[in-house]
Amino acid sequence: MSLTTAHSVVVPSTTSKRIAAVLIVAYALISIVPLLWIFATSFKTPPDSIAYPPKILFQPSTEGYCNLFTTRTRQTAEYIASLPPATSFCDEVTRKRNMVIAGPSNFLPRFVNSLIIAFGSTFCAVFLGTLAAYGFSRFKVPLADDLLFFILSTRMMPPIAVAIPIYLMYRELGLSDSALGMILLYTAVNVSLAVWLLKGFIDEIPREYEEAAMIDGYTRLQAFWKVVLPQATTGIAATAIFCLIFAWNEYAFAALLTSGTAQTAPPFIPTIIGEGGQDWPAVAAGTTIFLVPILVFTILLRKQLLRGITFGAVRK
Amino acid sequence: MIDTKTSPLNRAAEAVARSTPSRLVKRVTGLSDRMVAWLFIGPTMVLLLAINIFPLFWAIGLSFTNYRANRPNEPVESVGLRNYERILTDPDIWIAMQTTANFVFWTILLQTVIGFGLAYLIDRKFRGHAFWTTIILVPMMLSPAVVGNFWRFLYEPQIGLFAYAVSFVSGIPPTEIEMLSNVSLAPWSIIIVDTWMWSPYVMLICLAGLRSIPDYIYEAAEVDRASPIRQFLSITLPMALPFIMLAILFRGIENFKMFDMVNLLTGGGPGSTTEVASITLKREAFEKWRTGYSSAFAIILFVAVFGLANIYVKALNRVKQR
Amino acid sequence: MTRTLRAALAGVSLLSALTVAPLVSVTAAQAEELTLCWAAWDPANALVELSKDFTAESGIDMKFEFVPWTNYADRFLNELNSKGKLCDLIIGDSQWIGGSAENGHYIKLNDFFAAEGITMDDFVPATVTGYSEWPKGTPNYWALPAMGDVVGWTYRKDWFERPELQAEFKEKYGWDLAAPTTFEQLKQIAEFFQGREVDGKTVYGASIYTERGSEGITMGAMDVLYSFGFKYDNPEKPYDMNGFVNSDGAVAGLEFYKALYDCCTPPGAANSYMGEGVDAFKSGQVAMHMNFAFTWPGLQKDEAVGGDKIGYFANPAGPGGDRFAQLGGQGISVVAYSSKQEAALKYIKWFANPAVQAKWWSLGGFSCLKAVVEDPGFAATQPYAQTFLDSMAIVKDFWAEPAYASLLQASQKRLHDYVVAGNGTAKEALDALVADWTETFEDEGKL
Repeated sequence: MSLTTAHSVVVPSTTSKRIAAVLIVAYALISIVPLLWIFATSFKTPPDSIAYPPKILFQPSTEGYCNLFTTRTRQTAEYIASLPPATSFCDEVTRKRNMVIAGPSNFLPRFVNSLIIAFGSTFCAVFLGTLAAYGFSRFKVPLADDLLFFILSTRMMPPIAVAIPIYLMYRELGLSDSALGMILLYTAVNVSLAVWLLKGFIDEIPREYEEAAMIDGYTRLQAFWKVVLPQATTGIAATAIFCLIFAWNEYAFAALLTSGTAQTAPPFIPTIIGEGGQDWPAVAAGTTIFLVPILVFTILLRKQLLRGITFGAVRK
Repeated sequence: MIDTKTSPLNRAAEAVARSTPSRLVKRVTGLSDRMVAWLFIGPTMVLLLAINIFPLFWAIGLSFTNYRANRPNEPVESVGLRNYERILTDPDIWIAMQTTANFVFWTILLQTVIGFGLAYLIDRKFRGHAFWTTIILVPMMLSPAVVGNFWRFLYEPQIGLFAYAVSFVSGIPPTEIEMLSNVSLAPWSIIIVDTWMWSPYVMLICLAGLRSIPDYIYEAAEVDRASPIRQFLSITLPMALPFIMLAILFRGIENFKMFDMVNLLTGGGPGSTTEVASITLKREAFEKWRTGYSSAFAIILFVAVFGLANIYVKALNRVKQR
Repeated sequence: MTRTLRAALAGVSLLSALTVAPLVSVTAAQAEELTLCWAAWDPANALVELSKDFTAESGIDMKFEFVPWTNYADRFLNELNSKGKLCDLIIGDSQWIGGSAENGHYIKLNDFFAAEGITMDDFVPATVTGYSEWPKGTPNYWALPAMGDVVGWTYRKDWFERPELQAEFKEKYGWDLAAPTTFEQLKQIAEFFQGREVDGKTVYGASIYTERGSEGITMGAMDVLYSFGFKYDNPEKPYDMNGFVNSDGAVAGLEFYKALYDCCTPPGAANSYMGEGVDAFKSGQVAMHMNFAFTWPGLQKDEAVGGDKIGYFANPAGPGGDRFAQLGGQGISVVAYSSKQEAALKYIKWFANPAVQAKWWSLGGFSCLKAVVEDPGFAATQPYAQTFLDSMAIVKDFWAEPAYASLLQASQKRLHDYVVAGNGTAKEALDALVADWTETFEDEGKL
């Protein structure tokens, strides 16, 4: 579907266009404020972040990012004076607050876990999904409709309900808190989306192309590989990004089935705390880093979004 | 059109084919369609059986026992239908179900109204509408957990931007806008964030609906001198209805499952004001570790979603056929 | 459009390939390294600092996994129940000891203590009972007392000492403004400060525990309830709770806690636990602040409210003169699923060393070793040391039963429903609690 091309309707009047433009721009600006606030907070100092009234203009600081990547402990001025001079920028910032850096925080490993699990499961889901979608699109599969509906229905279960038996199963298999376990689980959840979306894309590729290729002596597999796949790349790319976004954003499974080794960023970010409650600049910094890839993908995907979010039910 | 002859994938495939012994290639690539079909669909089915179906049956089995996942050494006893009986007669569970239903109702109502309104406005096709549409779409792509967590900060009574903005507009002192701790405001704090995130979703689907209405219908209405309001009520709304209903279906299923945002914003509080079914289930299953009991609850929830969704889909199909 | 998407696909596949490869190798190579799991709080950061000495001595690297209090029990009990290998050492909460001992999550330390000459007689008795023993009162040890902790109060000494405030207070209530000795006095002080302008800022009476999700409101309300006459069960007949949990005294105590919440807490304090309390006190919002003692070293060092601006007092007395304080704190245990138990025991042996314990206290940890806390100079080492000792002398703990999580969930719900959401009466809340707890113990087969 396309958001840009105008079709020649009974053209709306200029006034109604203007009113619409004003309302939409106002809504867009208001709805983007929380995100801008996250970005701004990530560059505030802790006191600035909790100032009243909220500060719109402030002296930018990277303290939030320093705090995001380190753990710190408060010490007396005498203790700090006894230490060798600060070696890094973050060291200096921290010591100004009468604290010393005790070590790295867990944010980086969690972020890496997010990358591994999201990309790993996306790869598996798209791989399996492409094959299955081709199968459903081109062959007479017995009970195809039931199977397809069954694939979809797996997404209707509340994640907590799914997590109960998965927890027990993974405990028996030793997959608790492992990247492999999470990749398997996310693949299973994503493959339903992948099959439905890709089936739509492959349905759109005329069968005649393959049939012509097979008359030319290609086998079925060769025709799939050399004719269908190249035509489906756009669809596969869009599907991959949707799977990636799901796996990247997923919270409930990660919160219940991982505890450290394989924990991803979403359950970790809400647990970034300072000396008291949440260290908001650090949380904002982590959130910003976490959101940037998704923003890029959203812009890339904007023309495929509709199809992705409706499981291919709405194509245009 | 895409040039299949020179695509890199194609060349890679040929290179692989050349380097494989030709007899093997024949054997692998010359499979019958039936074989190919099973080869292609099989792995997905196996995965779904292992990760979805097998655990589901396991859960069904557990739901008839008193099993607790944190007591591996204790004997597991069959309790028949007692878990189901206990859940269905527990007033707290029914309160949680009501809370869930309230959330689903209000979020869907607001999101449909706002989403359809936005779609209708965007369909006016003013200059730059594509750009602003993309901006509006951003919130729904983000992680509800990570962004929901940040909303807790925005909701802080004094230092939070939301309280400040509301007090700026309404004149109520910002210390009195206790979105997360006031019993009557807390549900709204979640509804607001959910609506903020997901109205764009409804908007996108409604937009497709509005664009699917052929121009000639409006042209005919113009000829009949139907007023704009009449046109809206007798053309726009009914023709877009299947799309609106589809959006409601997807949002309904999602919001019935709602966990992330509630867990991070209020954790079910104050008291049990915002304790939706998923939160209750999480407490039973992963804090009290009443695995058998919570499995029964999970099955009940699953049957409820599945049943409601099926009824709804039937209604949707009827509307479509009209 | 198609081209950008294809470029994205290329990127996605490349990254997938790159990430799957290291996945296999990650698990293989590992030097000697221990992971210690604890809550994310000040003492944990101090322990990181302290443990650098262990690494220097033994060559064993230390890794840490800290989780905020509100997720702590949730996450680590989940980890233990899944037989996870994340933690080699765990500083688990005092109430977990029953379940962890019975379900085999911790290894029993008696033989190790005997072999290494560590004796529990060297530790403060309340902490040994609270953090190490299961069943309670028997010499079966599952942990080494690591961090003594107890609920107490901090107050703004600088505000209390202002002559104009003292005069006004005296006139209003008829006694001198000072650290309260009864809960009634505490409430009067809180009322006095609530909404008052101090140095051009509106301040509030007290910050108390109201958190819903984990254990907050229970840990707070119990402090009051104990002193008003609440008992977990009949001393003559275990698990007989009717008339003890919901006794008239307990009801009055809960009503008091709600009154305190309604009149004298800062806005939006409906889900406040240790972290929020620290924030409220540090930002100069409140005159008094209920919190576990672990927060005191950090507050004492704070530029804005620490130094001579802060004072400490133990839980005041209830109407009958009873004084109790909710026990916090933890022991350090070796996880049974760890493959590095030997190195983990080495860490415990090092940690039990008196010199290490002394440094632990100086860095901001609360040692449970008698040699440290019973040292005649101890009370003078820190302004809060005496209050800590006074509080540790009056401790009482929540159920440490294997079913503690269910018991806790019930009290969280009932207390929060009444105190914060304002549903029903105190009597109804406690009656419901008796019913919930009875049901839990019936399920357990103990009733």
